[in-house]
Amino acid sequence: MTLASLAAAGASSVPSQLLPAREQMAFTLGFHIILVPFGVAFTFLMLIANYRGIRRQDADAMLLARRWSQVAGVLFAVGAVSGTVLSFELGLLWPGLMGRFGAAYGIPFAVEGLFFFLEAIFVSIYLYGWKRMAPWPHFWSGVPVVLSGIGGTSSVVAANGWMNQPGGFQVRGGRVVAVEPLRVFFNAAFWFEALHMLLAAYMVAGFMVAGVYAAGLLRGRRDRYHRLGLAIAFTVAAVVTPVQIFVGDVAAREVFHREPAKFAAIEMLPHTSTHVPETLGGVLIDGTVRYGIDIPSGASLLSGFSPDTKIYGLDVIPAPVRPPDDLVTTVHLAFDVMVGIGFALLALALWFAVVWWRRRAVPENRWFLACTAVSGVLTVVALEAGWVVTEVGRQPWTVVGRLLTRDAVTTTGNLWLFFGATVLLYVVVGAATVYVLRLMRRHWQQPEGNGEEDVPYGPRTRQDAAVPAGDAA
Amino acid sequence: MSTFAAVVLFAGVVAYAVLGGADFGAGFWDLTAGGAERGRRPRHLVDESLAPVWEANHVWLIFCLVMMWTAFPTAFAAIMTTLYVPLGLTALGIVMRGSGFAFRKVVVQTDQQRVVGAAFALSSIVSPFFLGTVAGGIASGRVPTRGYGDPVTSWLNPTSVLGGVLAILTCAFTAAVFLTAEARRRDDDELERYFRRRAQVTAVVTGVVALVGIAVLHADAPRLFDGLLSRGLPLVILSGACGLLALLLLSRAAPRLLQGLAVAAVASVVVGWGVAQYPYLLGTHLSIQVAAAPTSTLWSLTLVAAAALILVVPSLALLFSLQQRGRLEA
Repeated sequence: MTLASLAAAGASSVPSQLLPAREQMAFTLGFHIILVPFGVAFTFLMLIANYRGIRRQDADAMLLARRWSQVAGVLFAVGAVSGTVLSFELGLLWPGLMGRFGAAYGIPFAVEGLFFFLEAIFVSIYLYGWKRMAPWPHFWSGVPVVLSGIGGTSSVVAANGWMNQPGGFQVRGGRVVAVEPLRVFFNAAFWFEALHMLLAAYMVAGFMVAGVYAAGLLRGRRDRYHRLGLAIAFTVAAVVTPVQIFVGDVAAREVFHREPAKFAAIEMLPHTSTHVPETLGGVLIDGTVRYGIDIPSGASLLSGFSPDTKIYGLDVIPAPVRPPDDLVTTVHLAFDVMVGIGFALLALALWFAVVWWRRRAVPENRWFLACTAVSGVLTVVALEAGWVVTEVGRQPWTVVGRLLTRDAVTTTGNLWLFFGATVLLYVVVGAATVYVLRLMRRHWQQPEGNGEEDVPYGPRTRQDAAVPAGDAA
Repeated sequence: MSTFAAVVLFAGVVAYAVLGGADFGAGFWDLTAGGAERGRRPRHLVDESLAPVWEANHVWLIFCLVMMWTAFPTAFAAIMTTLYVPLGLTALGIVMRGSGFAFRKVVVQTDQQRVVGAAFALSSIVSPFFLGTVAGGIASGRVPTRGYGDPVTSWLNPTSVLGGVLAILTCAFTAAVFLTAEARRRDDDELERYFRRRAQVTAVVTGVVALVGIAVLHADAPRLFDGLLSRGLPLVILSGACGLLALLLLSRAAPRLLQGLAVAAVASVVVGWGVAQYPYLLGTHLSIQVAAAPTSTLWSLTLVAAAALILVVPSLALLFSLQQRGRLEA
C-alpha cells in the first residue's frame, strides 16, 4: 500500500506504530469483509431455497438450502471471530480514537452488538434445527438471521459514516461533553453508505454462489440441482446489480457535495475547475495526471449534470493534510476498478435477463457460464476496492476534520510483531477455510452422500434420541 | 446513571465469565481427554453440547467491549494501551479457537481432526488465562488513568497470575458440571461418572487455589483484599457455598439445579470483585463517575440494554431450551 509516503509526509510527530497499525487494520478488515456477505446475504439465498423446498416439495431446493446452511455455519464462525479481532483492534491500535470519541462513535457499535447477538442465536437455531424442528418454525428461525444481518451491517456502516461525516456531538477540553445519539447514528453519510454496502453484500453472495454452480455446470454436472443453485443466486444478484449502480451514482454525488477532499482524490483532480474530464485509469505524479483516458467534461456532467459544474481539486486542501500523490492514485484506481466491475456485472445480468425472457431457462452456453464462474471473484475485488475508496480516501483523517490518523494510533509496543502473528494466523485460517469448504463439496459429490441426504424434518423417534455417541462428528 | 451503566457492563462480564467460561472449560476437557480412541466419547459430548451455543455465548465478549468503549472510553483506552500483550494474544486465541472448532466438525480424517482440535483446545486454555491476567491487572490497580502503563508487570504479577489460573480452573469446573448434567440428560452413565470425577477434582483444586489466593491478594493487592473480605465477603462465602453444594450434590441433584449452582458459584465471585472495586473503575484513581461518557450516551446504552432484555434474553432462552430439549442436533 501507499502508506509509507503518508508517514513521510507529516514527519514531525508520526509514531512508528502508524504504519503497522494501518497495515494490520487494512488486512484484518479486508479479510473480515469477505465473510460479511455470507452472514448477511447468503443466508437470504438459503431461505429462498428453503421456502421453495417446503412450498413446492422441491427436494433439490431443500438440499441446496441444507448444504448452504452448512457453508454459512462455517463462514459465520470464522466471520464472528475475525470480527471480534476488529473490536480488540479498535482499542489496541486506535486508543486515540476510542478514548476521545468512544462516547459518540461507540453508539452504533452498541446497536450492532444487539443485532450480532440475535444473528448468532438464530444462526445456531437454524443450523442445528434441520432434523428435529417442524418445517415452517425452522424456516422462520432463519428470518431473524437475515433481518439482524441487515441491522448489524447498517450499524457498523453507521459508525464508518460518522468517521466520514462526523456529527451529533460537542467537544470541550478534548472530551466529548454532549452527544445526540440519533444524529451520530443517522449521520449524513449513513443512508447511502449503508445501502451501498448492503447491496454489495447481496451482489457478492449472489455472484459467488452462482459462480460455484456455473463452474459445476461447466464441468459437465448439468443437472437440475446445479441449474437451480445458479438460478436462485444469479436472480438475486441480477436484480440487485442495477439498483446498486443507481445507488452508487447517488453516493458519488453525495460525496461530491459533502466530502470534497475525498471526491478530489476519486477524480484525481489536482486543480479546482469546471469542465472537469472523467479520467479513466492514469496516475498522479508530481501533481500532474498522466496516462489516463479523458472523457471531456465527464466528471462535471456526472456530478452536477452540467459541464459548468465546478469541482474542488486537491489544491483546496491545506498542504499539511493534503493526501500525497500515490495515495490519491490508489483511491482513484480503486474507484475505477469498482465502477468498471459494476458495469461488467450489469452486462452479465442483462445477458441472463434476455435469455431468461426469451427461453424461460438459465443460459447454459459456455461463455456465459465462464463469465459467471469468475463474477464472484470480481465482486469481491469490487467490494475491497470500494472500501479502499472510502477508507484510504479519508486519509490523513480518521475522523474527518477532527482527528488525524497519526493522533489516533497507539504509541506503545512493537506492532510489527502483532501484525506478523496476525498475518500468519489469518493465512492459515483462510487456507483452512477454503480447504474445509472443498472437503464439504467432496463429501457431497460422493454418490451415496454422507448421511445428510436423508429427509430433513423427520419425526423424532426414541431410537434417534438415544443414538450412541460412538462416532465423533 | 454512570453506576447503572457500570452495572450493565459488569452484568456482561458475569455472563461472559459464566457462559463463555463454560465453553472455554469444555475446550480444557477436550484437550485433556487423551488419545484419539480414548477421548472419542467425551470429545463427542463436548462437540454436541458446545456447537449450538458457543457463538451466542461468545457475543457477550463483544457486548463487554462495546459497553466499555462507549460508556467509559478513557478507561477502555487506558486498559488497551497498558494490557495490550495479553489482550492481543487473547484476540488471536479467539480466532484459533472459533475456527478450529468450526473446522473440526467438517474434517473427517483423524490426523486433521487432531490438528484443528488441538488448535481449538489449546486456545481454550490460553484465552481465559490471558483474560484472567487482564482482570488481575485491572483489579490490582495497575492500569493508570491515562493508560500506557507497564506493558509487562501490568499482567505478569501475582494477582494477574492468580486471576489467570483461577480463570482456567473455574472455566474447567463449570464445564465439568455442565457436561455431567448433559451426560445425565442423555442417560449416559459412563460419561456422567467421567465428568463428575473431573468436576470433583477441579472443585477441590479451585478451592485450594482460592485459599492460597487470599494470601497472594493480601500481599499484592491489599485494597482488593480488603474489599473482598468486607463488602464482598457475603458474595465470596456464597460462591464457596454454592461450589461446595454442587460438589456434594453432583451425583444426586437434577441437572438443572447442578448447573444453577455452578453458575452461582462463578457469578458470585465475579460480582464480589465488582463490589469490592466499587466505586472505582481503575485502582483508586479513576472512579466510575469520572470515567463515564455524557449522560445522553449512557441513556442510549440503556435503551440498547432494554432492547437486549426484550429481544435477546427471550431468544437466548429459546436457544437454550431448544438445546436442552434435544431439538438441536449437529
